[in-house]
Amino acid sequence: MSLLNFFRAKRPAASAAAARDRLQIVLAHERISRDGDDFLPRLQKELLEVIARYVSVDQNKAVVKLDRGDDVSTLEIEIELPMPTAEESRGTRVAL
Amino acid sequence: MSEVIVVTSGKGGVGKTTTSAAFATGLAMRGHKTVVVDFDVGLRNLDLIMGCERRVVFDIINVIQGEANLKQALIRDKRVENLSILPASQTRDKDALTQDGVEKILNELREMFDYIVCDSPAGIERGAQLALYFADQAIVVTNPEVSSVRDSDRILGVLASRSQRAEQGRTPVKEQLLLTRYDAGRVERGEMLKVEDVQDILAIPLLGIIPESQSVLSASNQGVPVILEEESTAGKAYSDAVGRFLGEDISHRFMVAEKKGLFSRLFRGAA
Repeated sequence: MSLLNFFRAKRPAASAAAARDRLQIVLAHERISRDGDDFLPRLQKELLEVIARYVSVDQNKAVVKLDRGDDVSTLEIEIELPMPTAEESRGTRVAL
Repeated sequence: MSEVIVVTSGKGGVGKTTTSAAFATGLAMRGHKTVVVDFDVGLRNLDLIMGCERRVVFDIINVIQGEANLKQALIRDKRVENLSILPASQTRDKDALTQDGVEKILNELREMFDYIVCDSPAGIERGAQLALYFADQAIVVTNPEVSSVRDSDRILGVLASRSQRAEQGRTPVKEQLLLTRYDAGRVERGEMLKVEDVQDILAIPLLGIIPESQSVLSASNQGVPVILEEESTAGKAYSDAVGRFLGEDISHRFMVAEKKGLFSRLFRGAA
């Protein structure tokens, strides 16, 4: 070990800025979902009520999903509509 | 009018019990009748930090279940006048803590004391929720470290939505930040979150900064609240924080690293 290395003791990286930036991003997301988590079941129920006024829907065949990305968040609603005739078992999918 | 103060953090090991003990002692030293209540049922530790572990006879669960009255369970501190401790149960299940039971005890304590300091358990489960539910003020203990800051943010969310004040639509719980284990040297070298960063992120007023200090461990070894170690930096910082809590205008200290000479650098391990 050279004498120079002895005086140049290894220091941990200056990582505080990374900590701050990561926290700001993760907390921004968590704060939104904290207030918003509860609205999804209600949204699903109300949507189904509206759609059921026009077409018959199976309450169990509706999926409401919320995906939060870094730049874009998507709200995905998928409701499977039963076919009007009993012979046809294949469902029609309506993606909103 | 008495005040219920919860010392909370979400994350464990950041200094809630150390802070509860120091803060309650500081309030009592300034002449306020103070009780510090351990809510960590099953993992009692406040008695050890306060140095009264051998004087515990009854605990908060005994009082809730009617096996003892409050006066029998309260332990008077031998060093500081006006200070009492209500220990948690070490053997019972934490489900023995009920909301009605806690409310009844706090109402009784409000008659006897000016300040009721509630030492919350870690987490956001029942024990932690009951510790903060009846609070008028909250001291959020946070380390300058990512997981602690995140958990503090979470607990602030719980305070804002699930405290009694929030549920009844009253003035919100007054929240203040206490940043503990702060190492100004590491902050200057960019290795640790700055106090400004943490304050920016959590967006609540700063009650105090407690510097990383060896006297916290030595005080806990001896069962002495660190605020009684009057020469230590941590003791001074807690004393300042208590003063600020009571409305005194005290500027923040220990934000800048002490300049070390060559001698102390060479013998850093021994310092």
